[in-house]
Amino acid sequence: MTIKYTKDHEWVKMDGDVATVGITPHAAEQLGDVVFVELPEVGKSFATDDDMAVVESVKAASDVYAPISGEIVEVNQDIVDSPEKVNEDAAGAAWFVKIKPSNASELDGLMDEAAYNDHVANG
Amino acid sequence: MCDRISQVPTTAGASTFSMEEACHKGKVGMTDLKQLPLDELHRELGGKMVPFAGYDMPVQYPLGVKAEHLQVRAKAGLFDVSHMGQAFLTLKEGTGGADAHRKIAAAIESLVPAEVQKLGKARIRYTVLLNEEGGILDDLMITRLPAEEDAGRLFLVVNAAVKDQDFALFQDKLKDVADLTILEDRALLALQGPAAAGIMEELVPGAGEMPFMSIMDAEIDGLPIMLSRCGYTGEDGYELSIPASQAEAVAKRLLGFEDVEPIGLGARDSLRLEAGLCLYGHDMTPAQSPVEANLNFAIGKRRREEGGFPGATRILEELKASTPSLRVGIKPLGRAPAREGVEIQSVEGEIIGVVTSGGFGPTYDGPVAMGYVAQSHAQTGTDIHLIVRGKAVPAQIVDLPFVPQNYYRGKKSS
Repeated sequence: MTIKYTKDHEWVKMDGDVATVGITPHAAEQLGDVVFVELPEVGKSFATDDDMAVVESVKAASDVYAPISGEIVEVNQDIVDSPEKVNEDAAGAAWFVKIKPSNASELDGLMDEAAYNDHVANG
Repeated sequence: MCDRISQVPTTAGASTFSMEEACHKGKVGMTDLKQLPLDELHRELGGKMVPFAGYDMPVQYPLGVKAEHLQVRAKAGLFDVSHMGQAFLTLKEGTGGADAHRKIAAAIESLVPAEVQKLGKARIRYTVLLNEEGGILDDLMITRLPAEEDAGRLFLVVNAAVKDQDFALFQDKLKDVADLTILEDRALLALQGPAAAGIMEELVPGAGEMPFMSIMDAEIDGLPIMLSRCGYTGEDGYELSIPASQAEAVAKRLLGFEDVEPIGLGARDSLRLEAGLCLYGHDMTPAQSPVEANLNFAIGKRRREEGGFPGATRILEELKASTPSLRVGIKPLGRAPAREGVEIQSVEGEIIGVVTSGGFGPTYDGPVAMGYVAQSHAQTGTDIHLIVRGKAVPAQIVDLPFVPQNYYRGKKSS
């Protein structure tokens, strides 16, 4: 199962017809201690690059953008209740939302892990 | 490094130490940035450097903002605040003599509303520098030096961002009576936290029983320091003014204590916010008088009767009557922090003010903020709304500080 990445440091993992979305450990580290997460309502639809969620650290607030278009089918209440989990396991348990893509081929336009690592390394 | 950080989008944008903003400025103005005397040490310690007030400064160390904040509340932390402006203001006719303090105090009293003439020897006073309209140009510490030969000389510490204009003002307004000596070659370190007194007592016998807001001439390992018991965290602690060339030795000595960690600007901001202390340029500006800024304690009792400071007519009137708005503490009732610039509305939806500092308080374990609201809504306990990302978030006017101040109030009787 491949994981795709955006230039804005979100990751997307396709599982059947549902995509799980989170922020990368690199983004979590750069944000610092996360103290607040706001997630969208289930059933809401987003176009690619729409503001979808908010993550705030002790330092600043950041938008999380929709990496692909689609409808929110599930959100991770755990990270709303315990925002520090984003710092602990950004790539795993601290996923943000699950999206039913409106056009799964949009994933092809995102970066693979090597390209993302390169993006992180070279800005 | 900055390129990478700036990829993480920042929407609120108002946070004082927002990564994107910091990095953007860093890229543009890197060559103009001044370096702290301890620049090399900050980098050795893993400090993440950002531009602040024209200096390249550590915003955090590997511990991280939250842990650094909690460290200062639990044990002790070392801050490099050498960016701040330090100066001596000295009577032109020379120091010494019975009347020298009264004369230099009278001179500076023409610019600030504090009682300086009755300031005791070796004592420090917090006050504000005023413009002709009674607006706040800066806040500052005025110290009456302890040595007899220094009678007629005051030690001033002002904010970095406005130090050039402050110093120009002193030089201009007091040119006939006093000389200003800017202490460019001095570093300023702060050791803050409940463990600070024990550590300082070990290095400087007697330091543990210095009164809050006092100064002493001291030595650490033979290096001369001006040691003040004050700070900007709400905790007990000290500030050490040291010749820049010797600052690293003193900093390393202090960092050698197990209970001391280096602390960056990020935690400095959350600590002072929890303690209800103002950040100049944010929580007070020339647009506000000290009465509006809720800093009446910075106005001396005699001065309230006599006036004689810039904007006295307005300020004395405000003390008797009121001001249109007031600086207050604001507690967002949810978990979402409200950052600087967030609009404040009444529960009926009328715009009544603006947040001037806001973030997350690690010790308070929740969002904390301060700002200005209309007097009609400034009463403690008033319900208000904060407009965060377009949505009304319930909040309440609360008393400051959010976390009790832990200043030294004399030896505890056993």
